[in-house]
Amino acid sequence: MRNNLIVSGSPHIHKKASVSRIMWTVVLSTIPAGIAGVIIFGWDALWIILAATIAAVSTEWVFELITRRKVTILDGSAVITGILLAYNLPSGVPLWLPVAGAIFSIIVGKAVFGGLGQNIFNPALVGRVFLMASWPKYMTAFPKPFSYDAVTSATPLALLKEGKLVEHISYWNLFLGNRGGCIGEVCILALLIGAAILLIKGYITWHIPITYIFTTALLTYIFGAKQFFHGDWLFHILSGGLILGAFFMATDYVATPLTPKGQVIFGVGCGLITVVIRLWGGYPEGVSYAILMMNAATPFIDRYTRNRIYGT
Amino acid sequence: MKTLIKEFTRGIIKENPTFVLVLGLCPTLAVSVTVANGIGMGIAATFVLLGSSVIVSLIKDLIPDRIRIPCYIVIIATFVTIAEMSMKAYSPVLDRALGIYVPLIVVNCIVLGRAEAFACNNSMSRSFFDGLGMGLGFTLALILISAIREFLGSGQLLGHTLVKGFEPIFVFGMPSGALLVIGLLLGFFNFLKNRKT
Repeated sequence: MRNNLIVSGSPHIHKKASVSRIMWTVVLSTIPAGIAGVIIFGWDALWIILAATIAAVSTEWVFELITRRKVTILDGSAVITGILLAYNLPSGVPLWLPVAGAIFSIIVGKAVFGGLGQNIFNPALVGRVFLMASWPKYMTAFPKPFSYDAVTSATPLALLKEGKLVEHISYWNLFLGNRGGCIGEVCILALLIGAAILLIKGYITWHIPITYIFTTALLTYIFGAKQFFHGDWLFHILSGGLILGAFFMATDYVATPLTPKGQVIFGVGCGLITVVIRLWGGYPEGVSYAILMMNAATPFIDRYTRNRIYGT
Repeated sequence: MKTLIKEFTRGIIKENPTFVLVLGLCPTLAVSVTVANGIGMGIAATFVLLGSSVIVSLIKDLIPDRIRIPCYIVIIATFVTIAEMSMKAYSPVLDRALGIYVPLIVVNCIVLGRAEAFACNNSMSRSFFDGLGMGLGFTLALILISAIREFLGSGQLLGHTLVKGFEPIFVFGMPSGALLVIGLLLGFFNFLKNRKT
């Protein structure tokens, strides 16, 4: 009887959610987009997803064995890193590329900071930016959807940047994913199904994704065309990696602000940087750089949006 | 004799200027793209360090305390000029590769740091071995960093291709790669040190 009385500090409310439970739910929520990617780009996409995931998990395992830390590969966080990294790659890359990216993601993006909960950047995006800077020729060759061979096509945003977007891609095609792009970013429908799971479960809140998407839409509407207030905002939401980034990568627990107010600032900042890069920057797409830059700003946002402790 | 050996070896591992004292990062970041550049920079810095340490320790009693830093700078600048002109005369390719970073050895904090922290309080022979050890430690650190960067960034070592079919990782040839390599090596050496204690 005496052993049942545990004296501990607050909080006392117990919820079933644990790190591994949340992480495996996120893994589940990414599966629709993966299936869509495989349907659109063929089996190559599946091999890339598997290669990145296996490489991420085994890198974490080997690193934790060497440094004699607790082995945490079953908590699902390395699986998510691998999956999200693969979703950010074109389907035509050689298989060693996702492996190299996953190793870099886990070691430089996460393990050197002390493992899950300590990383300052989203590990999957660290891996993607590393691959982008190291092997740009592979990272910018996007296979054509539903062709299943080596034919490549530019992404809608790249066409827009080069001023070659002559024939208008219908919103419906963009929504279903019939366009050039990375494996996991093309099918908006599948991404929204996954996002709905996370929102209903309460594992992510609306603050970051909605403010991120809204800011991007507003700014592209105002500045997206030669004339003010004539931009094609729906095109900017549906193309590129915005939906994938907003729901699955900008909502990473560790590297984003804690308070709702901070999360709104985070989302608006992400949207601002994305639009600046898309409209005036050198790259056609800026979602990954925007999220990484706001990850770096997160400690400051947290400092200035801290909730006042009641009574002080 | 034993203390002299201690002065010499201290700069190589225990007080390595790059990885323990974390001094002179600017040239380390800038020139460590290839091993040849790293060795050239290391030798030039070692020469300057050696010369300035010896001269400073010899005239330390003549220099008024209040103007010692300008005096050190004049001495260091003299040796840097010698190094720069010799490099221009005998190895113009290396001189072009290192560019502004040779004259900038004047303000390299390892050189000034050793003059201020060691040579101005110690005898000439001890300062000589201290300068030699620090210079060698700096050179070895540069070689280590530039070997990693040259191999990963271009698949070569001293201009020779080592592995056929290796796709160079461009990022290591860029400034971001230099910061990455130095950061990871610093972390690795600290990890080893913590493990020992």
